[in-house]
Amino acid sequence: MMLSAPGPSRNLPQYGALLVVLLANWLLFPDFFAIRLQDGRLFGSLIDVLNRGAPVALLAIGMTMVIATRGVDLSVGAVMAISGAVAATMTGAGWGLPAVLAASLAAGLLCGLWNGLLVAVLRIQPIIATLILMVAGRGIAQLITEGQIVTFTSPALAFIGGGSFLTVPMPVVLTILVLAVTALLVRATALGLMIEAVGINRLSSAGAGVNTPVVLVAVYVWCGLCAAVAGLIVTADIRGADANNAGLWLELDAILAVVVGGTSLLGGRFGLVLSVVGALIIQAMNTGILLSGFKPEFNLIVKAGVLMVVLLLQSPTLTLFLPRPKGARPMGAVKPPVAPPPVAPKSGGAKP
Amino acid sequence: MTGALQRFLPLIVTTAVLVVGFLICAAQFPNFASWRVVGNLLTDNAFLGITAVGMTFVILSGGIDLSVGAVIGFTTVLLAVLIEHGGWHPVPAFAVALVVAGAFGAAMGGVIHVFRMPPFIVTLAGMFIARGLGFVLTTDSIPINHPLYGELNDMALRFDFGLKLSLPALLMLGVVLAAVVLAHWTRFGANLYALGGNRQSAELMGVPVGRTTVAVYGLSGLLAGLAGIVFSLYTGAGYSLAATGVELDTITAVVIGGTQLTGGYGYVVGTFVGVLIQGLIQTYITFDGTLSSWWTKIAIGVLLFVFILLQKGLLTVWAGRGGEPAEA
Repeated sequence: MMLSAPGPSRNLPQYGALLVVLLANWLLFPDFFAIRLQDGRLFGSLIDVLNRGAPVALLAIGMTMVIATRGVDLSVGAVMAISGAVAATMTGAGWGLPAVLAASLAAGLLCGLWNGLLVAVLRIQPIIATLILMVAGRGIAQLITEGQIVTFTSPALAFIGGGSFLTVPMPVVLTILVLAVTALLVRATALGLMIEAVGINRLSSAGAGVNTPVVLVAVYVWCGLCAAVAGLIVTADIRGADANNAGLWLELDAILAVVVGGTSLLGGRFGLVLSVVGALIIQAMNTGILLSGFKPEFNLIVKAGVLMVVLLLQSPTLTLFLPRPKGARPMGAVKPPVAPPPVAPKSGGAKP
Repeated sequence: MTGALQRFLPLIVTTAVLVVGFLICAAQFPNFASWRVVGNLLTDNAFLGITAVGMTFVILSGGIDLSVGAVIGFTTVLLAVLIEHGGWHPVPAFAVALVVAGAFGAAMGGVIHVFRMPPFIVTLAGMFIARGLGFVLTTDSIPINHPLYGELNDMALRFDFGLKLSLPALLMLGVVLAAVVLAHWTRFGANLYALGGNRQSAELMGVPVGRTTVAVYGLSGLLAGLAGIVFSLYTGAGYSLAATGVELDTITAVVIGGTQLTGGYGYVVGTFVGVLIQGLIQTYITFDGTLSSWWTKIAIGVLLFVFILLQKGLLTVWAGRGGEPAEA
């Protein structure tokens, strides 16, 4: 029901915002769009934005599916730490790359399965269900690394973070790959429709024959897998696993990216590509703040500002503050969207 | 009779866990069962307890406040900057910090109410803003050397039998007592439970929904500010990264304390016990010495899971009997 303007105009704000941020960066830093090829890999600020934005973009892809079911996954940062810890520890113990990759992805899958079962079967609120793993997950990651920052030298694993494929950095390649697979899964099959149905009304979609527990578990498992890939990239990038700091607060960035991408937190509607665009907007702003010489500390405030603006635009009661016929005061802001009642039930006043 | 038992069951279970936990610790470490440990338990968790009281009110009203940790961090920085760089006396600095923190919370409450935004996301933005403002003030950790800080830290209530209650501990106990009164014997408390129980019914009953929402988030901000003052007393410094993750610890304490996260049902006292249980786990791990710090997180995660399951089980039983827990 939210902002249901049809057609492509719905997506314009996001692309427009990305363009504006990129142009602002270009004004600040004329070489921003310069891209050069060196040692078979592309370099440049723009590539940097894509490369550094990859982990959040990956998280945002998984988070989009979860939010579309009217949920949220707070544990993705901790899952990143777990998958990174598994990868670094196993590589340190001498395992080969295939086994390492399989084990870290399996760790992400298990985490997602746990979240999904709590939400789907035990029917715990998503915020709380995933809070458990958010709190305990970092402890588990530290348990795996035994509290150390585990480093490794395996070039095969480091390739995932620092290598390139057809001149494109591996993190970007992986993000595009995950995005393509996810889009195929949800848009070429009925899965996307079912996810939206569950997000709009779990009870009625179950009544209509959607196997809601399976859909929910699948969504959280996918989110866990995306987080595991993001964790692998971060670990491979720094060639080590830091259970305390890997993916710290990234769950918030991922949620921010999804919201900026226009996916409603009330579920039922989602845009995968737009979430990735949201992640890129955030990363481009980060880069811009750094390039412009502002202290990086302003980053958080700018993020909060963007978040508030986007949410205000989505707010169903904003219409009450837009130009309206005289006389009707926007007090109380009662009842669902539109249809302002002539006399709003009085708020305040102790007298009956 | 069974009704009352049913109503207080989560509280009874939580308290039993605390008592059993304490007894296990005391059995394992002979020095554990001393007033000194009890006094330290209260002092070390004072800031957490004060914040958790505010969080309990927010959750009772059906919302959530993710900004509290950031507000604590910001308050410590603000105090350090005012006292050390600005040359202020701590008392006016405390007043300013409390007003700023309270106003910050109230503003978030206003946004939540007026724009009908999910509290989760608004307070997330609030968390970014508060941390960001702290960073903008300074990214360094500033020690606070004002003599009053030393005096306040030495202040304590000593009992003959050996219990020593420090100022933070006394503040926390005072806040908990005041909160119990506020929740159960005032109109504000009644409005709060009504709002958390069912927003629409509350509105129709004439509960001032807007005013209550603003007040409850304002209260949470104010208490986070107070916790920030306690935290700066406790650490003797202001640091913008202080108290990261406290929002989660407080939510955990509230859940362990038996408050329903959907709002409308729960007790402040339960939250207090929940804070003590978390503190107990931490103290146990310190006493043991061989256990690593990450076991705290895992143990708290497991405890959280068990208590959520318990809540779910109770809800199912209540629903099965066709009765809901009465509101306070």
